[in-house]
Amino acid sequence: MNLAVNNQSLMLALGLVLIALAIGWKEKLGIDKDMIIGVIRAVIQLFVVGYLLKSVFKVDNIWLTLTLILIIIFNAGYNAKQRSNGIPDALPISIGAILISTAVTLGVLMLAGAIKFIPAQMIPISGMIASNSMVAIGLCYRNLNAQFRQERQAVLEKLALGADLKDASKDILRDSIKTGMQPTIDGAKTVGIVSLPGMMSGLIFAGVDPVRAIKYQVMVTFMLLSATSIGSVLACYWAYKRFYNDQKQLLI
Amino acid sequence: MSLIELVDLGYHVDDTCILKEINLTIDRQEWVTIAGPSGSGKSTLVRIIASLLSKTSGELNFDGDPIELYDPITYRRRVSYSFQQPTLFGNTVQDNLQFPYDIRQMPFDRDRAIRGLEYVGLAAADLAKPVVDLSGGQRQRVALLRNVMIYPEVLILDEVTAGLDEENKAFVWSMIRHFNEDDGLTIIAITHDQAEIAAASRLITLTAGKIDAGGAQ
Ligand SMILES: Nc1ncnc2c1ncn2[C@@H]1O[C@H](COP(=O)(O)OP(=O)(O)OP(=O)(O)O)[C@@H](O)[C@H]1O
Ligand SMILES: [Mg+2]
Repeated sequence: MNLAVNNQSLMLALGLVLIALAIGWKEKLGIDKDMIIGVIRAVIQLFVVGYLLKSVFKVDNIWLTLTLILIIIFNAGYNAKQRSNGIPDALPISIGAILISTAVTLGVLMLAGAIKFIPAQMIPISGMIASNSMVAIGLCYRNLNAQFRQERQAVLEKLALGADLKDASKDILRDSIKTGMQPTIDGAKTVGIVSLPGMMSGLIFAGVDPVRAIKYQVMVTFMLLSATSIGSVLACYWAYKRFYNDQKQLLI
Repeated sequence: MSLIELVDLGYHVDDTCILKEINLTIDRQEWVTIAGPSGSGKSTLVRIIASLLSKTSGELNFDGDPIELYDPITYRRRVSYSFQQPTLFGNTVQDNLQFPYDIRQMPFDRDRAIRGLEYVGLAAADLAKPVVDLSGGQRQRVALLRNVMIYPEVLILDEVTAGLDEENKAFVWSMIRHFNEDDGLTIIAITHDQAEIAAASRLITLTAGKIDAGGAQ
């Protein structure tokens, strides 16, 4: 490690936050309170998680690891649900979609031997998968809501012609799944060109050979593509039916 | 036995009563014209008959059975509703005319589509035409064709000729008369047009959510 982040340098780096605060204050963005809360929360959460992870890694117990992964998935599902704007059953749908996308992706990575079932690998990777799935699903929900409102008349016409719910919603479904996956696909296209992703930057930062860091990043790119596509497809397919009642009438 | 039977049918949203005490029977191959002031509940009534809305009280029977016994999708293929202000979807005219076949997993009957287009004053070449390039009257006619590419038993027309010029109206009504007389479709047509009201074989007038006394013979 050729890097030294100590408590003192962290305190000095806090000066960067002051710059952001000053800009926010001068431009009257009204975000100073949000920003202060955000910074304090980030510091506390990360320290708590850091110490928690340290002890979990030490204990190295399969059940404890699984429990933590489930907590991550639940939190991600809860967060995705917050973007659903009242879609019924959004919580179970979100948790289900994130659970399956995480399980499938982790399973493939383990079968491929890319990761081992040890907390130091499973927990951070689950977190990455679940959070990307969460963002994708949130985008899916937003698009479903927007499209069902915008395309309401077309959906009604299709229903009136005797289309089943899937045929009446097909264009909206396709568009929403695409919307959920788009950031990951865009990210994959520009990775290394526009930005060095967080994980890779972190590794290089911490002194890991860039070529090794890249191999990790390639794995992460594959993994996120799989996670967001599975998450988006499942969430969209489960959620679109909630826009109809049991008489197969549009609720909007 | 009547094809459609409404008994004391009512519809309310929250505390607002939109339809009440609707009693109406419609026989197979009948042509019923519905008139009444704007906001009197005409569209709501026919949307209930088309199963796009559910009544909140009373009974609605179709072909002898309560509507609740039917699968809504199958039912809507038998009772087809053409919207007051239809929108075409997809890109081309063909996308719209092919849709009824796609949802039934049936091959598109191109000849029938072309015959339909010609019948309403369009042409085979219009199949590939982008819907945004159609005039208002042409859109209305394509939307109506979409409802009859595969025949329903009941065709519900919600002011389909509103905003059309006389020539377009004549096209549309001659087509509907053909469906009714030659192919036995039951027609329920909402209209504001005085000439259409005067020519009605059976007229029902709605006012404030109720059928006018003497309006339903
Ligand atoms: N979901 C709803 N919530 C509240 N009110 C509604 C709802 N749907 C319809 N209405 C009201 O019910 C009444 C009847 O509407 P409807 O569209 O059936 O009238 P209409 O007779 O077809 O009028 P027009 O001739 O203008 O088309 C209107 O006052 C309308 O505002
Ligand atoms: Mg109306």
